[in-house]
This record gives sequence, C-alpha cells and structure tokens, in this order.
Amino acid sequence: MPAFNQNRGKIIQIIFGVVFLVIAGQLINLQLFSVKYKLAAENNALFRKVIYPDRGIIFDRKGKAVLENTISYDLVVIPSEARGIDTLSFCKLMDIDKDEYKKRMRDIIFRTGYVRIGVFEALLSPEMYARLNENIYKYPGFNLTERSVRSYPYHTAAHVLGYIAEVDTSFLRRHKDEGYQMGDYAGYTGLERTYEKVLMGERGVKNYIRDNRSRIQGSYENGLYDTAAVAGKNIHLALDVELQKFGEQLMTNKVGSIVAIDPQTGGILCMVSAPTYDPNYLTGNQRGRHYVDLLFDPRKPFNNRGIGTYYSPGSTFKTIVGIVGLTEGVIDERTTVTCPGYFTGCGTGKPKCLDKGTFQFKEAVAHSDNTYFSTVFKRTLDQQRYHGADSALTVFNSYATTFGLGHKLGIDLPAEQRGILPTSAYYRKIFGQNWYSCNIISNAIGQGEVTTTLLQLANVMAIISNKGWFYTPHMVDSIEGGDEFNMLDAFHEKHYTDKRIPDSIFDAVQDGMQAVVDYGTAARSRIPGIVMCGKTGTVENYARVNGRVEKQQDHSFFGAFAPRDKPRIAIAVICENAGQGAWAAAPIASLMVEKYLRDSITSPERKAMLEEFSKKNLIPKLMRIAMEKRDSVKQAKESRLLEQKMLKEAADSADAEENNTIDGTPATPETPAAPEKNTRKITASVAILNNTEKKQKRHTA
Amino acid sequence: MNKSNTISQGVDWVVIWLYAILVSIGILCIFMVEYRTDTDWLQTFLTGKTNYSKQLIFAGVCTIVATFILLTDSKLFTAFANLMYAFGILLMLATFVLGKNINGSKSWIPLAGGFNLQPAELCKIFTALALAKYLSRQETDFSKLRSQLIAALIAVSPAVLSILQHELGLALVYSAFLVAMYREGLPAQILVFGSSFAVLVIATLVLEPNVLALAITLIAVLIIFLLRKQLKKNKRLLVLIVGIWVFSVGTQRFLVPYIFNNVLECYQSTRIYSMVGKEYDCSKNKKSEKKAGEKAARKPDDYNVRQSMIAIGSGGLSGRGFLKGTQTRGKYVPEQHTDFIFTSLGEAFGFAGCLVFLCIYLFLLFRIVKIAERQRSTFSRVYAYSVASIIFFHIAVNISMTIGLFPIVGIPLPLISYGGSSLLTFTVLIFIMLRLDADRQMVLR
Repeated sequence: MPAFNQNRGKIIQIIFGVVFLVIAGQLINLQLFSVKYKLAAENNALFRKVIYPDRGIIFDRKGKAVLENTISYDLVVIPSEARGIDTLSFCKLMDIDKDEYKKRMRDIIFRTGYVRIGVFEALLSPEMYARLNENIYKYPGFNLTERSVRSYPYHTAAHVLGYIAEVDTSFLRRHKDEGYQMGDYAGYTGLERTYEKVLMGERGVKNYIRDNRSRIQGSYENGLYDTAAVAGKNIHLALDVELQKFGEQLMTNKVGSIVAIDPQTGGILCMVSAPTYDPNYLTGNQRGRHYVDLLFDPRKPFNNRGIGTYYSPGSTFKTIVGIVGLTEGVIDERTTVTCPGYFTGCGTGKPKCLDKGTFQFKEAVAHSDNTYFSTVFKRTLDQQRYHGADSALTVFNSYATTFGLGHKLGIDLPAEQRGILPTSAYYRKIFGQNWYSCNIISNAIGQGEVTTTLLQLANVMAIISNKGWFYTPHMVDSIEGGDEFNMLDAFHEKHYTDKRIPDSIFDAVQDGMQAVVDYGTAARSRIPGIVMCGKTGTVENYARVNGRVEKQQDHSFFGAFAPRDKPRIAIAVICENAGQGAWAAAPIASLMVEKYLRDSITSPERKAMLEEFSKKNLIPKLMRIAMEKRDSVKQAKESRLLEQKMLKEAADSADAEENNTIDGTPATPETPAAPEKNTRKITASVAILNNTEKKQKRHTA
Repeated sequence: MNKSNTISQGVDWVVIWLYAILVSIGILCIFMVEYRTDTDWLQTFLTGKTNYSKQLIFAGVCTIVATFILLTDSKLFTAFANLMYAFGILLMLATFVLGKNINGSKSWIPLAGGFNLQPAELCKIFTALALAKYLSRQETDFSKLRSQLIAALIAVSPAVLSILQHELGLALVYSAFLVAMYREGLPAQILVFGSSFAVLVIATLVLEPNVLALAITLIAVLIIFLLRKQLKKNKRLLVLIVGIWVFSVGTQRFLVPYIFNNVLECYQSTRIYSMVGKEYDCSKNKKSEKKAGEKAARKPDDYNVRQSMIAIGSGGLSGRGFLKGTQTRGKYVPEQHTDFIFTSLGEAFGFAGCLVFLCIYLFLLFRIVKIAERQRSTFSRVYAYSVASIIFFHIAVNISMTIGLFPIVGIPLPLISYGGSSLLTFTVLIFIMLRLDADRQMVLR
C-alpha cells in the first residue's frame, strides 16, 4: 500500500473541517449578525388580537336603558381554507349568485390576504344566522363570529344618541395617537361621539402565536405582554325617554323640533327633531341602504333641528326685548302703547299688528303686540345716553349674550350652531355709518337678522323661569365610575344674566307669559291645574322655488315653562310651516308639559287634542312635492327593474306552466313573483320614511 | 456471557455513544416540531401515533438490528458484498414496478403496516460494501484508469437509477464515494476538476451567459499570455488550454441549459435557480411541457429557504428556548421533521446549540476517519471512509440547504431527521463499520 496515501486521511479531515467552518460562518451571519430574521419570525407568528370592551350603556333619568348592546354575528372566512367548498349550495344558502360570491372572495383576498380572516357578510339577520349556523360545518373556512352591536329598545332619540360606524381613513388621520385601527367602530354623531372616550372603554390586547395558516396555536409567552380590556362606562342622561317618545309621537309627520330643559339643573329632558328615524335602522346589515335613503330624504332627517338649524325666534324674542326695555328703563310695566294696526314709529307702516288697541306691558305680551315691542326696541336703541344706535345695540347685545344668544351654549352634543346676534359693525356694513333703529326694527319681533337655535330658545325660557340664572344645557347627568375626563365640570357652573335685571322685571315678564296661556294668544293650550307661562311665535319665512323667492306658510313657535312658582320644565317647540304659534307649537308644548308633570294626559279634551296633533300632517308643501317626486322616480326605477327581471324570467321559463301567470301579472312591487330583495327594499323604505299610515302604526303599536 | 463479550470486544464505544446521543437529539427535535401545548406528551410518546414516537420505535428496531450486526461475522460482509449490491440494484429496478409516489419521487416500496422502504437509501450501504470489496481485491490496481472507471461505475449506477426515480438528492450522495476513492489513490486532479466544474455550473447560473463566456475567454487568453514561453516549446499545452476553454464555454452555453431544461424536473430547476435568486422559466423545460395539461407550473418560490433561514436566524446566540420557537410551533417551515429538522434546533438553541451540535458531528466524522486509518485491511478502510464521506455529504448538503448555501435537495440529516429508512441505513452503515473495526486485526478481502 503506497505510503503517500496516508496523508490523504489528514486532507480529508481538513476538507471536513473547512466545510463545517463555512457552515459555522453562515450560522454566525444568520444568527448573530442579522436582526431581520428575528423580526420576520415575529411578523410571521405573532398575532395581536384586540379585545374590544363592551361599549358603555346609556340610561335615561329614570334608569331605563335607552341604548343597549346586543350580540350580532358576522360571517367570516379564511379564503385559503375555503377552497373546494360546494359553492353552488353555499350561494343558495346565502341567497347570492356565483359572481357575487367570487367578487366578495376577491375583495377579501385583496383586503386581508389569502390566509387571514376576512368578513364575508357582516351583521347577519337572525334568520340568516339560524340558517347558516345549521349548515356552517359543510363549508370549511367559514365561521360565525360574535360582535357587540348597539340596539335601541325604545326606538327613539336617534339624533341625540347618534350612531357608531366603522372608522375610515380620515378618522384615523384625525385620531392618530388614540390607538384606532381599521375595522374599529367609533361614535360618529351625537352622544356616541361626544362621549366616545368614556363609552369606548379601553381596548385590551392579547398576543397569540399563529401557525402558517393563521390558526391560533396558543398564547404568546403565557400572556406576559397581554393587557386586559376595560369595559366602557355607562352614562346616565337627564333625558326622560318616555317624554322623548311622546314628543316624537307628537311630531310625527311634522318638521321641527322640541327641546325641553329642567331649569333647576340644565339637564335636557327631551330633544326631538322631526322627522326622526328609528336608530335601529342604522345598525344591522341593511345599514348602508338605510343610511343612503335617509341621507337623500328631502326632509333631511339627519339634521338635528334642536341645535343644528337657525330659526328666527319670532315673537318669542319679544320676551328678551321686553326684559331689556324694562331694565334700561325705557318703559315700565304700566307704559301703554297704542296700535292702530301697524307700527307708526318708523313711518313705514311696518311691522303690522293683529290686535288693534292700547296695551300695557302684560297685555302686550299676552297678545304679542308688535307695535308695543317695536316701540320698546326703538326706544332702547334711541336712548340719548348711548349717543347713537351703534353703542346702544352693543348694550342690547350684551344683555342678549347673557341670555345665551349669539354663541354656542356648550351642550354636550356635536355640531351645535351659534345662532346670530348681529352687531353694529354688521349693520354699518349694510346701512352705512349712520344707520338707525328703524333699519333694524324687525329684530324687535324676532324677524330680522337675529337667529337662534331652538336649544337657545328653550334656555331663554329656563332663564326666565329661574329669574336670571341657568346651568349650561346638557344631556349627561352623570357617568358611572366617575367623570375621569372632567367632561361634566362645565355643567355644574351656574351662569347669571346681567345682574342689573331685578326679579321684579322677571315677575312682570312671567305675568305676561302667564297671560299668554291664560287668555292670550295660546289660550287654547292652557293646562287645567298647571300654571304655565309661555310665548307664541309666528315666523314669516321665504324659500327659493324655481329661482323665485316665495313666501311660505309661517313657522309655528312656542316657548314655555311650568309650573310658574317652582319651574320643573322649560320648553321650546318649532313646527316648520305650520302657521301661527298657537296653532301647532303651543298645543304640542302644552301636551309635553302635562305629560312631563303629570306622567300622562288624563282629561278627555286634552286626550282629543293629543289624538288630533299626533295625527296632523304638517309636512311643508315644498318637501311634500320633493318627496312625491323622489318616490315616483324610485317607483318608476323599481318597476322598470322588475319588468326587466320578469321579462328575463319569463324568457327563461318559456316552457314552464306558470308562464301564463307571469305574463299576466302586472309589474308592481306587490307581485308575488317579484324578487325578494326588491320588495324588501321597498317595505324598508316605506317603514322608515314614507308619511303613510305605516309610521303611525309603528308609533301607536 | 460469552456473547456479550464477543459483542463488546474491540467495539468502538465512542462511536456508539455519539450514535446514541445523535439519535436522542433527533427524537427531541422531532418532538419539538410536533409538540402541541394541548396534548399529553408522555401519552403520545407511547401510543406510536406521532412521528416522534414512531421514531422512537424505529430507534428500538435499529438497536436490535445493530446488535445483530455486531453479532455477525465480519467475513459475511466481504463474502456477500457483491451479492448485496446486485440485490440492491434489483430492488431499485423493482421500484419502477412496485414503486409508490411520495412527495413527487417514485422511490418507495410499500411494506406492510404503513411503512415504506426506500431502496436507494439501502443501496448506499451495498454500494459502499461493493466499492470496498472491489478496491480491496488483490488484482485491483487503483492507479489504472480501468479500475477507476469500474469503481466509478459501481458508484454511478445506483445514482443514475436514483435520478430516474426523481431523487436528485440521493443521487448526489453517491458523489461522496469520490472522497473514499481519493483516499485510495484517485488522482487529486479529478477532485480539483470536479470542484472546478461545480464552480463553473454555479457561475453559469449566477452570471449572464455572455459575461461568463467573456470572462472564460479572458482567463484563457491571460493564461496563454503568461505561459507563452512554455507554449512555444510545448504545443500540446496550448491544445489543452484551448480544449478546456472550448469545454468551459460549451458547458455554460449548452450543457448546463440542456441539463436544466431536459434532464432536471421543472421544480428542481426552479429550486436551483431560486437559490441563486433567479427565476426559472418552466416553459423551457421539456418535462414540464409533457405534463402541462395536468397542472400549471407554479411560480418560482423560495418560501422554504426563506422560512428555514428565518427560523435559524431568529434563534440568535442562545436560541428561543426549548419548545418556544414560534417558527417551529407555527409550522412555518415545510418538511421540518425530515429535511429541515436542523431549523428546529437552530431556532430553539441558537448559535451555541448549533455549534455544539456541529462539534458532535465533526467529532463523529473524525473518529470514523481515525477508525478507518487504523484498519489493516483495505476493505475495512474503504468502507469506513465511505461511511464517513456519506455522513459528511449528508450533513454538509442538508445543513447548507437550510441556511441557504445550497439548493434544496431532499436529503435527510443523518440520525436526526425523521424516517425509518434513513435511520436504519445510517445505523447499518455505522454498525457494519464497527463490526469490521472490531476485527481490525484481521485482513479481510
């Protein structure tokens, strides 16, 4: 055996060693010097599951839950696991066609990826849930997951409560550092929005390990890095849900609003904005459709008319004018003014007054005499000591400001409007440097540039009832577990009107307002046994129709409080285009007051009144036209769709026996052969929107 | 009493200990891969339903087989070497008839009880024996080309059959015999040539064809320029250089593309290309054209390597801890209990663990080389070298592929990977060697 081969054994060992060194070198590279693999492993395997706490529940002043959480179910799917299922039977089960199925799957894969969970259908209806629950085992990859959904057992207070919705990108941008992520829900309007922080609670995070197909394998590090979810806090409102519901019933088929305040606390007892909608329509899987329906309704049901719409206050403003006039000393309670049918002070013959005669202050309030208050307003602005209307108006405005006009009151609802209290600078612009009181005389009767929200008007009533002080009107009375974010502090601060106003002046105004109800303009709305003070308002208004400005039916206003000695409710009502204040707003307000103070309407006359006003249809003419137009367009569209579908079906089943019957039936929504989807849509929209008996039925039921 | 003496007499206990340690590590690794928090591991270990308990059973079977081997007579192996080789080749041929398709390779013969036999694995032993037998013949003069060719033929035949069974990895293993042959006097040039050829093939994959051709031409011109004086005297050298140049360019231009397009399967070509970060166009592959109707060619995917490297890389210095590797628990690495078993170790015990593990392997290899060198008979030495090189080749290729140094070919990690055939093969390989070593004073032919 050749000796030289001996050292080849060593060479072979060296080769072994070198190769092992190369391997060790690569291991050093991978394990010691590359950070990216560790990150990649975490990205692979770590699954952060956000645990959503239950949102807080909202209770009314008597502890009734106005809003609750219920469980709803989402149908979710992991596309990679759902391959090869019986698509045909699945589509049948889901009542969709195969194209729709493919489209949804594509969307899910695009949005969340092939191996992660995506939502196939959110918020299943109970029937669909029942149907799926029985059959889900046949379709691997599909699953039903729970989700907490808002529900509204009283079907009421939609505007106040607001709604929650899935956050969008703009929301995420605005709330960058608050930990929201795509797919979260957040309060978008109403209390849900204002008290989002309180109601939301704290989200928890659980870390899981997941496998290559996104299946959870167990907790990560035994939950060392997990945080627990903290449930949202419950909220107690000043709102009286019964009163709210009663108000909504009264405002059925009217456009307007009711705001009632507890003068002692500033708590809002009810805030009705008509037309309203059932808040339950904006939960559930038909949400999108309902939302669009509501959005394009000509009556603008999303608008909260209690705080979001400017109204000329009309004659209710006379209370302020009177108080300022009395305080400034331009009149006293015994000052008399004679009205020959119009205001003579400015020589224009305007404004007109309805009741001719001579009035003292109390009678002027009771009969809402335009001349009287025009005189008071003119005298106030023309006072010598202020050297001109400019500074006199500034003084007038400083009074009005302390009554909460011309600025946001600071209610705990989003989108409150300011109202307008025009300044002298504004008038200088319009009328020039030398404007004078007659230029703005319509403000004396609340018809000029002054505008208020209904909430401000209700607050003025509360101030008058309290003789000069108020708490900022607010929805929320208390938060369970403490007011951690100091959101309620502002509502515990007492605000006073101008200190120069003595109680005697408020007494005089209250005398006048009591007379309004006892024998004045709103005598019909007197509640036997309750001393109510009120003031009617009738507001002329105009609208642009086909490019022309046309005078519309007057807005009906009423502001009131009761009982006079120990006021428990201050209320303001607007009924758009319903005529004089005494015709619609005053009776509605009186019914509300009686309902609140006595819990029910007892006397037969009052019951008849309730019946009458619940049924009255006072939808403004313009809106009625717009709605009819919309409905007919919708119907035409729907019947055309239906016709097409029917023609297709008829062609498909040309040989079938029922061929004749299909051809024979007219293309109307009532057709039994009509596709279920369409009929459902029609009934749904009828149920929420159309001013037919259906809505009545829902309320009286 | 007597028996136990004859067994233990002269047996190298170091190798047996290393063997036992490695098999235990293997079962542990498989346990790490299969473990689930919600199962009672003791029970599953005993029921035989999970892979690790199966591996435990295999280990038991292997112990019995090892004992039997140690009880046999060394002369048996020399006597039956050629017969067993023939039997092995026959088995491999039989696979084409009886074979069962597992993971795309038709190299398994189904046995009773749900177990499958892979003749190509066993054939390694028989080839090692046959090669040892041939080289230890007194008539054999290994310095002659004829003997070298015959030795090569012994090693290549099962390799060719393996390729036909779509087991590229197993076929590559047979190149390990080059190491044993090298020890017996195979000219070093062949090893040098072989590795140069490998470099050329890899360069072909990595570089643009024209760039590589230019580079080869430049190198050739440079060599001619440097050796211009010798070339004047020796015209044959010029012919040789030109010949090598023609061969190199021919290889990268025609041979390699031909192999990738016509010899290898589409998935193999794709794997090899993806290793060097390139896409392989399966439409060029002749074999995939035939099957185009069955299944559309999948996109090139380096998922396996990526996940395997993530698993090992995430281990860091000290690892993520026993049963705490998320890559392993999440089953991100495919075939982790067999070919990618090293990843579970790398993730759980990190660089430190890997280093210890590699040292155990290296110690085993050096020990076998030491055993080989202390043999008196050529048969035992050749056989021991074959064992060392086979084990080495498996380790090198398997670990290299998990850490991204080598294309993915399906060969197991010796004694660690799950699989009865593999474990049995290595057990038999090692214990035959130990048996021969026990009789190292004898001259076996």
